[in-house]
Amino acid sequence: MFDQFLYGTEAAINGLMTGVMYSLVALGFVLIFKSSGIFNYAQGVMALFGALTLVGIQDGQVPFASLINAVFGTNVRDFGWTLPAMLSILLAIGVMILFAWLVERYLLKHLVNQDPIILFMATIGLAYFMEGIGDLMWGAEIKTLDLGINQGINTTIDSLTYDWFGYGFYIDNLDITAAIIAILLVVALTLFSQYSSTGRALRAVADDHQAALSVGISLRKIWVIVWGISGFIALVAGVMWGSKSGVQFSLSLITLKALPVLMLGGFTSIPGAIIGGMIIGVGEKVFEFVVSSSWFGDAMGFTMNATENWFAYMLALVFLVFRPQGLFGDKIIERV
Amino acid sequence: MLYREAGDFKKTYAEDSQTFPLKLDRYGYYLILAVAFLGVPLLINDYWASAVLIPFLIWSIASLGLNILTGYCGQVSLGSGGFMAVGAYATYKLMTSFPDLNIMIIVLLSGAITAGVGVIFGLPSLRIKGFYLAVATLAAQFFLVWLFNKFEWFYNYSASGQISAPTRSMFGYEITGPSATAEAKYIFILVLVVGLAWVARNLTRGRIGRSWMAIRDMDIAAEIIGVNPLKTKLTAFAVSSFFIGVAGSLFFAVYLGAVEVGEAFGIQKSFLVLFMIIIGGLGSIFGSFIGAAFLVLMPVLLKNIMVGQLGWPGDLAGHLELVIIGGLIMLTLIVEPHGIAQIWRVTKQKLRLWPFPH
Repeated sequence: MFDQFLYGTEAAINGLMTGVMYSLVALGFVLIFKSSGIFNYAQGVMALFGALTLVGIQDGQVPFASLINAVFGTNVRDFGWTLPAMLSILLAIGVMILFAWLVERYLLKHLVNQDPIILFMATIGLAYFMEGIGDLMWGAEIKTLDLGINQGINTTIDSLTYDWFGYGFYIDNLDITAAIIAILLVVALTLFSQYSSTGRALRAVADDHQAALSVGISLRKIWVIVWGISGFIALVAGVMWGSKSGVQFSLSLITLKALPVLMLGGFTSIPGAIIGGMIIGVGEKVFEFVVSSSWFGDAMGFTMNATENWFAYMLALVFLVFRPQGLFGDKIIERV
Repeated sequence: MLYREAGDFKKTYAEDSQTFPLKLDRYGYYLILAVAFLGVPLLINDYWASAVLIPFLIWSIASLGLNILTGYCGQVSLGSGGFMAVGAYATYKLMTSFPDLNIMIIVLLSGAITAGVGVIFGLPSLRIKGFYLAVATLAAQFFLVWLFNKFEWFYNYSASGQISAPTRSMFGYEITGPSATAEAKYIFILVLVVGLAWVARNLTRGRIGRSWMAIRDMDIAAEIIGVNPLKTKLTAFAVSSFFIGVAGSLFFAVYLGAVEVGEAFGIQKSFLVLFMIIIGGLGSIFGSFIGAAFLVLMPVLLKNIMVGQLGWPGDLAGHLELVIIGGLIMLTLIVEPHGIAQIWRVTKQKLRLWPFPH
């Protein structure tokens, strides 16, 4: 029984790490939702797009190569250089900021004052659009992203736990790096929104659009900033997930993992996104561990697997029935 | 001038409150019905049936269903794909368990079963609202798809994990199965579409529909004036799921013939139906049809142009298609957030006054 407990603990710790990665995506959602009331479905695709751009820039690919080849009958592929990691990251950040500006200029500006559902739909359209553009620009094949981040089993933890329990925990170095970066990001974001004047303007917009406008805060500038920050967070998430499992289409599906995290933590709360991510990460790993174990099978007569797809949603659903605004969300006050 | 209503007198209340109060509209509607029932079956061939007409009709049913829930009752749902899967698997189990049961009854029964499932997943809507609800319905989507994959009973323990529809016929014509003709399938689905659209239209303009709309516009106010939110929301979920279940049933049994749940009823399908009602127009029966037509026809058209005419490689065309669909969705929302149905309403208004704009 004790070794079962150890395996369970290992699963929980790994879940915690994965949960932090979910939080990374959820953070981008929260920022945009808070400042503009837009539920940005495209966040996951932004992560994919960011990672694709980073790989493309690093490997010196020609953007839209396949389209150019199809139209002009040429055969261009790449510029034949490999850029250093830091430079390509900076360039990718530049692309994400340009993207934020374009979204504000050509999409959001025209949709001010529409229903939230309309804005939500627009971001789904945006998600499709960006997915297509990303594939067109950089090609749809699976790419490997290598920024020199350590991967593989962390031997320190492995040997340490082996000394303590006689069983070495398998914890990936990449997950640890991701967790540390996520924590740094959250701290930086919190400091930024609490102590800088832009951050204060951001919170003002989140509180009340009209009041913020009336004291001279430019809504459009704030939106560009927020989408830029979200784009940056998406890039970080994309890099982390991309280093883990390759840069490919399925990267955009992490949106679907971040949604229950948001529900649980509340759409408007940054700490909520982090804690929600951890709860979901741990919860789904432990649940999977329990229901697929043999003693669960003995007790219930059947075992289940691949529950990770829906467990988070079910947990969030059940939770919301008791607390409709999530853990840390603003209390929903309705007036007639 | 073109769209005249002068001289079109109504003598009774019934005449005044009919669905098409104007003669021009009414005759146009009869004409469309006549062409659909009498003209199209003569001209139909396998390509048109399987690429355009049958998917259009099936998606129309699904978007009618979602429009009832989202457009009329204001509850956003992203679980349509899951509910379609319920319809499909119910059909499969009924077809294999009761070989003698008429296919029409099976389809309607599958709808009823889906309605039951829909009510269960609709229960949280009493507590959860807005986006929280939209995300909560994703639980239905993922859970149901997982369920049908996981428990072998649902696909009769077949090795491939697929379900495939056995041959069933009605009035001597085969409706399902590999040798069913395009005409028979088309007429079978068309009858259901017309029947369900009639039901939807009459539900939404009656007492139930008005209580749905009251809940949509402001649920607390509606509750105060005596609309029961429990009953109203759950009937909306039930009716909507019935429609979506029928669509899923037809999608499996008549259109595809064999499906694998994750592929046929994945989350993409939920989004597709949502796109249809947003582009077509929320809270509009006509909008459901026009949205379905738009999103079924456009990919076929784009593919024909890019792959057929220009000779581009298929994957490039696929990516461009994504870009164009995404761009069109955004453009529609910017130009007319209330969908094509609203454009049609505005056009009618303009036509009434033409050529004198004031």
